[in-house]
Amino acid sequence: MFKKLTITALTALTLGAGSAQAAGGGGHVTDFDFPFEGVMGTYDQAQLQRGLQVFTQICSACHGLELLPFRALSEPGGPALSEQAMRDYAASWEVFDPEIEDWRPGKPTDHFPAGTYPGAPDLTVIAKARAGFHGPNGLGLNQLFKGIGGPEYIATYLLSFSDETKEEAGTFYYYNEVFPDNWSAMAPAIFGDDVDYADGTEATAEQVAQDVSAFLMWTAEPKLMQRKQAGFISVGILLALTVLLYLTNKRLWAPYKPKKSV
Amino acid sequence: MSGIPHDHYEPKSGSEKWLHRRLPIVGLLYDTLMIPTPKNLNWMWIWGVVLFFALVLQIITGIVLAMHYVPHVDMAFTSVEHIMRNVNGGHFLRYLHMNGASLFFVAVYLHIFRGIYYGSYKSPREVTWIIGILIYLAMMATAFMGYVLPWGQMSFWGATVITGLFGAIPWVGEPILIWLQGGPAVGNATLNRFFSLHYLLPFVILGLSIVHVWAFHTTGNNNPTGVEVRRTSREEADRDTLPFWPYFVIKDLFALGIVMIVFFAIVGFMPNYLGHPDNYIPADPMVTPTHIVPEWYFLPFYAILRAFDGDVWLVQILEWVSFGVIDAKFFGVIAMFGSIIVMALLPWLDTSNVRSGRYRPMFKVAFWIFFIDFFVLMWAGAMPAEGIYPTIALIGSAVWFAYFLVVLPVLGVIEKPLPQPETIEEDYNAHYGDGAASGTATPAE
Repeated sequence: MFKKLTITALTALTLGAGSAQAAGGGGHVTDFDFPFEGVMGTYDQAQLQRGLQVFTQICSACHGLELLPFRALSEPGGPALSEQAMRDYAASWEVFDPEIEDWRPGKPTDHFPAGTYPGAPDLTVIAKARAGFHGPNGLGLNQLFKGIGGPEYIATYLLSFSDETKEEAGTFYYYNEVFPDNWSAMAPAIFGDDVDYADGTEATAEQVAQDVSAFLMWTAEPKLMQRKQAGFISVGILLALTVLLYLTNKRLWAPYKPKKSV
Repeated sequence: MSGIPHDHYEPKSGSEKWLHRRLPIVGLLYDTLMIPTPKNLNWMWIWGVVLFFALVLQIITGIVLAMHYVPHVDMAFTSVEHIMRNVNGGHFLRYLHMNGASLFFVAVYLHIFRGIYYGSYKSPREVTWIIGILIYLAMMATAFMGYVLPWGQMSFWGATVITGLFGAIPWVGEPILIWLQGGPAVGNATLNRFFSLHYLLPFVILGLSIVHVWAFHTTGNNNPTGVEVRRTSREEADRDTLPFWPYFVIKDLFALGIVMIVFFAIVGFMPNYLGHPDNYIPADPMVTPTHIVPEWYFLPFYAILRAFDGDVWLVQILEWVSFGVIDAKFFGVIAMFGSIIVMALLPWLDTSNVRSGRYRPMFKVAFWIFFIDFFVLMWAGAMPAEGIYPTIALIGSAVWFAYFLVVLPVLGVIEKPLPQPETIEEDYNAHYGDGAASGTATPAE
């Protein structure tokens, strides 16, 4: 009878995730296939570099990445720019230095600057702060099978603007199918051919949206690959240990279980 | 230590005798480890060891995290991200700690349900049970305060809602609220005291756990039959029990291994599944999230808290009778704390003199309804308080209280229990066969 409990424990886990209902509008979020999804998924270095390019040329006009230091761009498991490319990239930013009380070119240890547009959220951990998938009915099964869907939400959001706008108290709002309450203060930013990709990839709107979403997933979870690796190692060791404990336990109890021992 | 006759530690060498005369600590550890344990314990008796592991895991990972965390409203969120990005192995430690809370609560709920089903709370184990409930309360406080520390949106608003509960107490509520928060609203003072208490309470839990073990080592373990171990002679006791080491240690470690595989798979591959995305948004007192929900392990009680709104006639009557002192908000708070207090009173609310649910046909039905009710409440707690959900939460709450206050007291009187085995040995042999089992229980040393 109590065997059911173990199964129910898992149900409890899934039920719990029913609480994972963050920002996300009514519209349908596309389940894009990102290379970092699944147990074996890893970041695609070329995609992260393209995403960095999109962020630099488009998003950074308003948004910041305050939690991300430039040096992370050349760390393994990310866009992995060469040391020199990362230094050059950092130097292309103007950073305010409180020590000299002036602006100077960025150094590897500096962080990306904060956003310049009031109300534009910082994007460093945004991919973990949004959920694309919910339910059904608060059961959390969709998140279990599809993932929480932060990057999917961002990509879909970028692609879901219509031409409708409205003005309220001097602020323009743009209709977006997946945004909560559908009126976003951000103007549509991705149209296709928005950037000239350095690696020659064709910059369709879908491509650009997915690349920048993948990049933002990396800024939010830079240790994703290390984490999965640690997951594999620990599960592997535990499996071996558990098998040994199973055999030990069986042998230990065998004299007391004549009916069961063979 | 235990009333069950068994081998005790005998110091042999000179130095052992020297120490034993001055501090019998080796004897204490030996007797604890060699405690005679009913040999028919099933797989639901493994959660204690899992809980002990979870506590140690949380304390160790927590101590390291505290070395890098900054309890200040301007730096808390950033310092957690610093742990996730710059501290060696910090991302894994933090995910272990975060999901460790869920592991802790999965284990404690199964542990509690096991106790309820097999009547582990009944005489003479009431003190073990009460201490267990105190541990559970301390766990809830610790987990709640821990969730506030990253200072995300759910941290801040969860803290606001939960401390706000105390503000609902008539007359003294407001001063208590200010005292708890350290100011007129949740702020830096709140975060600081929560960090301090979050570090302190696990050690209180550790102390209580030792007393918990002491208590049930004094009475002996319960077991699936609920029949007590025979204590009349050493020989009979040996036929009902096996020493904890190695038989149950190895069994429990094997079970722990399986639990750990699932746990580490979650930490490694879906560490944010049980969390709430909103908590990756830095706390903002000016922006209220659309749905404020606690972590999954609080949801059943959150549902009970919200179930009693002003439309419930019971609430209306009480408000009228008490001249408005007990309003809907305060009633909800009473109901929520009451739902745990009735659990603490279980030993006196259950009037049946049969311990194990195995021999109680009507109780079994009631138990499984109660068990399902727990999950229904959990689900209702996660849903927005609109439409059908408050009604479901209200029914669920009614079932919860009815189980403790009506069903259990009445069942003891009207239920006709099934025949119970005379001894643990009889039950054990029926499952595993006679033979080498009887009388040869010698420690494998």
